[in-house]
Amino acid sequence: MNFKKTIFSALATLFLVSPVLAELVFPSLSYRTGPYGPNGIPFADGYEDYFTLLNERDGGLGGEPIRVVKCETAYNTEKGVECYESTKGEGSLVYQPLSTGITYQLIPKSAADSIPILSSGYGRTSGRNGKVFKWVFNFPGTYWDAASIATKHAMDMSGGSLEGKKIALVYHNSAYGKEPIRTLEALSEKHKFELSLLPVDHPGQEQKSQWLQIRRERPDYIFMWGWGVMNSVAIQEAANIRFPMENFIGVWWSGSENDVLPAGEAAHGYKSLAMHAPGDNFPVYDDMRKYVIDKGLGAGDGSNVGTVLYSRGMYAAIMATEAAKTAQKIHGVSKITPTMMRDGLENLEMSEEKMAAIGIAGFSPTFKATCENHGGQGSAAIQQWDAKKGTWSFITEYMNSDASVIEPLILADSSQYAAENNIKERCN
Amino acid sequence: MSAEFLYTIEVILNGLMAGVLYSLVALGFVLIFKASGIFNYAQGVMALFAALTLVGLQEGRVPFAHLINAVFGTKVHHFDWTLPAIAAIIFTILVMVLFAILVEKLILKHLVNQEPIILFMATIGLAYFMEGFGDLMWGSDVKTLNVGIPQGGSLWFEDFTIGWAAEGEKFYGMYVDLLDVWAAIIAVSLVLFLTIFSQYTKSGRALRAVADDHQAALSVGISLRVIWVLVWSISGFVALVAGMMWGAKSGVQFSLSLIALKALPVLMLGGFTSIPGAIIGGLIIGAGEKLFEFFMAPIIGGATENWFAYVLALLFLVFRPQGLFGEKIIERV
Repeated sequence: MNFKKTIFSALATLFLVSPVLAELVFPSLSYRTGPYGPNGIPFADGYEDYFTLLNERDGGLGGEPIRVVKCETAYNTEKGVECYESTKGEGSLVYQPLSTGITYQLIPKSAADSIPILSSGYGRTSGRNGKVFKWVFNFPGTYWDAASIATKHAMDMSGGSLEGKKIALVYHNSAYGKEPIRTLEALSEKHKFELSLLPVDHPGQEQKSQWLQIRRERPDYIFMWGWGVMNSVAIQEAANIRFPMENFIGVWWSGSENDVLPAGEAAHGYKSLAMHAPGDNFPVYDDMRKYVIDKGLGAGDGSNVGTVLYSRGMYAAIMATEAAKTAQKIHGVSKITPTMMRDGLENLEMSEEKMAAIGIAGFSPTFKATCENHGGQGSAAIQQWDAKKGTWSFITEYMNSDASVIEPLILADSSQYAAENNIKERCN
Repeated sequence: MSAEFLYTIEVILNGLMAGVLYSLVALGFVLIFKASGIFNYAQGVMALFAALTLVGLQEGRVPFAHLINAVFGTKVHHFDWTLPAIAAIIFTILVMVLFAILVEKLILKHLVNQEPIILFMATIGLAYFMEGFGDLMWGSDVKTLNVGIPQGGSLWFEDFTIGWAAEGEKFYGMYVDLLDVWAAIIAVSLVLFLTIFSQYTKSGRALRAVADDHQAALSVGISLRVIWVLVWSISGFVALVAGMMWGAKSGVQFSLSLIALKALPVLMLGGFTSIPGAIIGGLIIGAGEKLFEFFMAPIIGGATENWFAYVLALLFLVFRPQGLFGEKIIERV
C-alpha cells in the first residue's frame, strides 16, 4: 500500500512540477471522406499546412507552438456536432467547420461554451451582426454579399440595368444553398428582374429536370450555389444546352478547379465569385514549399498547393492566426484562451501592410472587424475560367455589396434571432 | 402542336433516358441478387471503383502512389505511358474479375449458408472497404473521364423537331443529350448480351439453374463458387458501364457511389430478380420523377425527384411487394 502511495505521490509531484507545455489549439473539422471529400481535402490541407508553416518557420505564434486537432465530419451535420463536442475540451480556440449546416448547429453551443466560430464566406449570414452574434464571425464576406455582387456583375454586363431580365438560381437544396434566396428576392424587387429558383437535391449527380427548365425559360443569367459534384454536373449541363458560360456565375464555393475540370473545354468562360486571388504567385507559397511541402510535413502530398480550395483553407488559417496574434497583443499574453481569441477576431484588421508582411499582398480584400460588424466590408471579385490554360483569372476588382439591401435584411434576421433567444444587444 | 405538349414529350423522353442510367446501376444489383440472394450494398461503390480504375489506367497513374511516397519518400505519380480507352476498359474488366475472385475467396466462401442479413452486412463492410481502398489506390481528386462518348445536346434532333410547334409558340426544338442516347444504346446491348448469355451458353444455363434452386444446381454438379465468381464478374462489368456513363457526366469522384440510391426505387418497383424489371422499373422511375417535377415543381417547389421515386416505389410495394416482375415468394408453414 505504502509503495503504491509512494509511486502515486511521485507521479503527482512530477506532473505538478513539470512546466506546462503551452500550446495554441486550432481544431480542424475537416472532411476527407464521403461525396464532398474532393473539396474538403484541399481545404483541410491548406488549413493544416499553414499552421505547420508557422510552427516550422516561426516556432508557432508568439512563441507558443500550435497544435491542430483533427476531426472528420464527412460534411455531415451530426458528425460535425460530435466533433465539436469531442474537441472543445482540448482548449480549442476557434471553430471553422466548413459547412453551413454544422455552423447553424454550433452557433448556440459556441455561445454557451464561449468559443468563437469563424465561418468565412459561409454559415449564417446574419452572424455578421456582432451586436447579436457575439461569438460568430464570417468575414471577409457573406452569402448575401455574394448574391449582391453577382447581381452587380450581371447588371454591369447588361449595361447598368436588369429590368425585365431573368435570373435563375440553381442551388444545393440545403441550408447552404437556400441562404442567398432572401437577398436575391429583395434584389429582384429593387432591380425589377425575374428570379426563378431551381433546387437540386444532394449530391446533385442528376440535374436533368433543372436544366430542361432552364432551357425552356431561357434566363439571361444563372447564379449557382452548389458544392461538390453538383457544380461539375451543372457546368456540364449548361454546356450541353449551350448556355453562354460568361452568363453563368457561381458563388465562391462553386469556383474551384474540381468544378470546371470534369467539363473540359466546355467549361471555358465560366465565372465565379472569389474572396481571394487564384494561383500561387505569392511569397507565402514559397515558404510553404520550403518549410512544409519539401520537408514532407504537408497534410497532403503537396499536389494541390495553389489550387483554389487549398488557398481557401490557407486563408482561413491566416485569418485565424492573425486574430490570435491580435488577441495576444490585446491581452499581453501569448497563451490565449477562446475568450481572448474572440477579442482578437473582433479587432482583426487585414490591411495591405499586414497582408504584405504575411506574403499575400493583394491576395484578398482588406477589412476591419468591429464589435458591430463581424463580417467585414463584404467584398468579392469575379474570376473566370480559361479552359485552354487551365487557370482562373480575376476579371474585376474587388467590389462591395449593396449595403442598402443587405443591412436591413441582416438587421431583420438577427433581431428575430435575438428575440427568439432572449439575447440582449451589445456594443452600445 | 402546343409548346407545352411538346415540352411534356421532351420531359418524358429525357426521363426515359435518365431511367436507363438508373437501370444500369440496378442491373448489377439484380444479377447478384438473382444468383445468390445477396442484396449487394457495394454495387454503387463497385461502379465508383471500376470508374476510378478505368481513369487510373487510362492516365497511367501509379496505384497507391500516395502510400508509396509516404513510405519510401519518393515522388511517383504517373508512369510514362497512357492507355487508349479500349485497352483501359479491357484491363479494368480484368481487375473487376480479379475483384470477383477475391470477394468469393475472402468473403462469400466463409459465409455459405448464413442468413441473408449476414451476407447483406458483409456487403456493407465491403462497400466501406472498397471506398477507402479506391481512395488509397487512385487518390481522392476529381478525375476527368473521357472514353470518346459524345456529349451535349443533339443539334440534329433540335432542328428536326423545332418545326413541330404551332406558329407563334415559344419552342426551341426538343433536347436530348447524346451521352444519354449512347447510354440507352449500351444498356439495350447489355441486356441483349445478358439475355443471350443466360439463354444460350452453358455458363448462363448454370447461372439460371443456381438462381432457380441452389440445392438442385449443386446436386447436378454445378459449382456454386464458380457461379458466384461469374456473377460478381458480370456485375463488375455492369458496374464499369454504369460508372463510365455517370463518370462521363460529372467526372469520377466519390459521390459516384451514391448512384446506388437511384437504383433502389428502381429495384423496389421492377423487382429484385428480374433483368427486364430493372429496365422497365428504371424507365418508369425516370419518366415519372421528371414528369412529376415538371408539373408539380412550380406549385410545391422543386427537388421532388428523389422523394417521388421512393414514394412511387413504396406504393408499388404496398400493392405488389415483389415488384412488377419479381418472383412471388410464398412460404408455407
